[in-house]
Amino acid sequence: MLLFTIRRLFVALMVAITVSLVAFSLLRFTGDLATSLAGPDATAEDIAAVRVAYGLDKPILIQYYDWLAKALAGDFGRSYYFPATVWELIGNAMPITLTLAGLGLLFSLIIGIPLGVVAALRPGSWIDRFAMTLAVIGQAIPNFWFGLMMIVLFGLMLSWFPISGNQTWQHFVMPSFVLGYSSAPAVMRLTRSGMLEVLSADYIRTAYAKGLSPYRVLFKHALRNAVIPVVALASVQFGNMLTGSIVTETVFSMNGLGYLAWMSISRQDFPVVQAILLMGAMFYVWLTFASDLINAWLDPRIRVS
Amino acid sequence: MDHNGKTAPTPGPFALPRGTSDPRLDPAVLLAPSPFAKTARRFLGNSTFLIAGTIFGLIVLMALLAPVLAPGDPYVQNLGNRLVPPAWYDAGSWAHAFGTDGMGRDYLTRVMYGAQVSLMIGVSSALISGIIGSLLGVTAGYFGGRVDMAISFIITTRLSLPVILVALAIVAFVGASLTLVIVVLGLLLWDRYAVVMRSATMQARSMDYVAAASAIGASTPRLVFSEIMPNIVNNLIIVATFEVANAILLEAALSFLGLGVQPPTPSWGLMIAEGRDYLLFDPWVIVIPGLALSILVLSVNMLGDGLRDISAPENRN
Amino acid sequence: MSALLEVENLTVDIRLAAGVLHAVRGISFSVATGETVCIVGESGCGKSLTSLALMNLLPKRAVRNADRLRLDDTDLSTVSTRQMARIRGNRMAMIFQEPMTSLNPAYTIGNQLEEALLQHRAVPRREARDRAVYLLEKVGISAAASRLGQYPHQLSGGLRQRVMIAMTLMCGPDLIIADEPTTALDVTIQAQILHLLADLQKEFQMGLLLITHDLGIVARVADRVCTMYAGQFVEQGSVKEIFRNPLHPYTRGLLECIPVPGKTPRGSYLGSIPGMVPSLIGNLEGCSFRDRCRFVREGCEQDIALKRVGDAGRTYRCIMTPEESMRADAAGAGA
Repeated sequence: MLLFTIRRLFVALMVAITVSLVAFSLLRFTGDLATSLAGPDATAEDIAAVRVAYGLDKPILIQYYDWLAKALAGDFGRSYYFPATVWELIGNAMPITLTLAGLGLLFSLIIGIPLGVVAALRPGSWIDRFAMTLAVIGQAIPNFWFGLMMIVLFGLMLSWFPISGNQTWQHFVMPSFVLGYSSAPAVMRLTRSGMLEVLSADYIRTAYAKGLSPYRVLFKHALRNAVIPVVALASVQFGNMLTGSIVTETVFSMNGLGYLAWMSISRQDFPVVQAILLMGAMFYVWLTFASDLINAWLDPRIRVS
Repeated sequence: MDHNGKTAPTPGPFALPRGTSDPRLDPAVLLAPSPFAKTARRFLGNSTFLIAGTIFGLIVLMALLAPVLAPGDPYVQNLGNRLVPPAWYDAGSWAHAFGTDGMGRDYLTRVMYGAQVSLMIGVSSALISGIIGSLLGVTAGYFGGRVDMAISFIITTRLSLPVILVALAIVAFVGASLTLVIVVLGLLLWDRYAVVMRSATMQARSMDYVAAASAIGASTPRLVFSEIMPNIVNNLIIVATFEVANAILLEAALSFLGLGVQPPTPSWGLMIAEGRDYLLFDPWVIVIPGLALSILVLSVNMLGDGLRDISAPENRN
Repeated sequence: MSALLEVENLTVDIRLAAGVLHAVRGISFSVATGETVCIVGESGCGKSLTSLALMNLLPKRAVRNADRLRLDDTDLSTVSTRQMARIRGNRMAMIFQEPMTSLNPAYTIGNQLEEALLQHRAVPRREARDRAVYLLEKVGISAAASRLGQYPHQLSGGLRQRVMIAMTLMCGPDLIIADEPTTALDVTIQAQILHLLADLQKEFQMGLLLITHDLGIVARVADRVCTMYAGQFVEQGSVKEIFRNPLHPYTRGLLECIPVPGKTPRGSYLGSIPGMVPSLIGNLEGCSFRDRCRFVREGCEQDIALKRVGDAGRTYRCIMTPEESMRADAAGAGA
């Protein structure tokens, strides 16, 4: 297990470095930053001066190294727009996004896994078809539109929940439900197919032959194996929610990382965008690493591969 | 004793059944449907595929024929005629079946033209990402070894990038336009293609070895080819349908955030964003394009599902 | 002495879109304590379904019926599902054919072994563990205590099958049903496992119902044999009688397929039974074997009743009389 962890750690590190380099370079290459920084009235000399001042004339790897060295120490620079360091801005926004994504993941698992299990137990029944229909519709609805619809229905018409801001827990209910509903279909489908496969396995028959009750067979033997691919999916979904919350936060006007990212992108607030991109990438890398570990813990066969 | 030095078999315990018939003369075989008819039946027999195909086909038709079928012009504003509700409301009329938006433009027309945008972006970016991803995947699967390791690393790196953030950032810094959205989505969404094509190619490769090993001649190269190619092409088409849906939804999100297609081009996502101000009193401004998006994506997804059902080995004769 | 397991007129029907498939058509047999009964037949004859029917583990579309289905003093056809679950693994245990997939890959074998006992006996975990170690050693697995913490994928097929055997013994059952326990294993391991089963049976005084398609195995371990074809028992009797004097053409055919060192001439062709098993869907009449039988004659298209020979449980289902059968043997013997 230890060897496995170390190997995975190494891969994660390699990917992390590469991704951060890619994320870094992408922004530098997509446009001349110096030009946009200098402003619309700048002369050629102004632009050149800006370039030197911001260190944009150095080779890209040097720039990357400079930036990385500072970043690892926690210094992401200052925002071009807000009177604050990038670190402060992100620090304020992160808890909100984390809470939102966490709740969203919870919702998707609560909706998806039980539905998937029940659908697998009675394939072809009305509940199976109901679950599949729900899944298919859920995957087709754009989540920002779903958010708006919920605002109209539960916020404006029924006034059950507040429609913007993030001050109280009620503010989080609708947005996290929207997030959860988008990823529940995938969870449900995977659980269902995983369960169907597992339920027809020989070791389930052995379990019954030992005289185990159906509940025992289901929860101890079947679910344990069926849930393995769902863990990997859940980590990907969580990563998606962390980075994709941009849309939900915009719809519900919540001051999370996504909203910050959107504002910074619209205002070309370069350092902030840079930092958030990196953060998003790191989330993915380390989430994948964690899910690999959990997978190996759940399925002993993986530890050898 | 025969010439091999072996004794001939005894009349055996049991006689061979007499009069084995020649399959070529068997009426059941003669009257069987042709391969083409069989394929056609498979497609048409799948209800998911039929329904989805019909809906999708209608939307495509609507997009293609929008200039001809649409009742008005999607760009012509009429500020004196803003926010007229759709025909099924009391205040509405059939002159504007879907009403008018915040600038007085006929909504039905904009919805129809919006289909063009969604379809064009969806299909084009799926095409671009399909080419990139397939090339990467097939190369990795075919060559294996170091090449595979390198490409797999690239795929993992791409998977670790937050797509929507990257897309937004690029579009913002370069300048939003329809073409750019297509290019960016195409350059970012190739991962699933790569993964699927890689494993399909690897499977096909192992079949090659099997065929070579079994020198009995049971599988000729042509047979192997006719087994591999359909399998790969099948997977490709199925992935493509889901990626089209994915691209359509992403473009809608980008346009909603203001960083996709720019006004006044009618994009459903953009129309939803523009309708946000009227959420309280005229929700239909948002409901209609959202429904359109959902129906389109639903039909594409169902197409993919139907295709997957059809091409699954259980359904092969 | 009444038998441990008594089965009378067991049928299994499977509902298909094309009709009802009569997979098992009225078989009757019994297993006594300490006795090994083998059911022999080719693939698809219904023998696996028979074993599943006894344990009531049939697939959803299959329906079981029997005039009598008795284990000791329990009527298996009328017990509730919960009672049946208490019998399974406890008084009646089963070994399956595929050791590679019959164990849950997510749990250690120790966990799965202990579970078999803890399900039926309220004993402390320690005791279950000790019994697991004891049985693992009994089935010939060395370093048993350390094996408990291992996972199924770390064991070979032969070892896994031994673990499966140990698992069936955890509660000390009266009857063991083994469905082709050695088919998936190497030939060398087969012999070991069979010897193991035979020894364990003697030691623990259990009844053993062994399902197989391999007559070699039958010769080695069986006390009594039932040959099964197309859902029916075509012949039943002690292993000596059957091997020396098969009364049914199918049994004879099976025996002729086996090369006998010293008897079968060198370079000769082995016998084979051409043709295929008939469809078992819908109404079935007459002898199922008649399309492949060299002794087929008029009258075979009528249903043949089960005939008894002597009173030691020797039965067969053929239109020929025992004397005709024996003459047939003399006529077609050898090449």
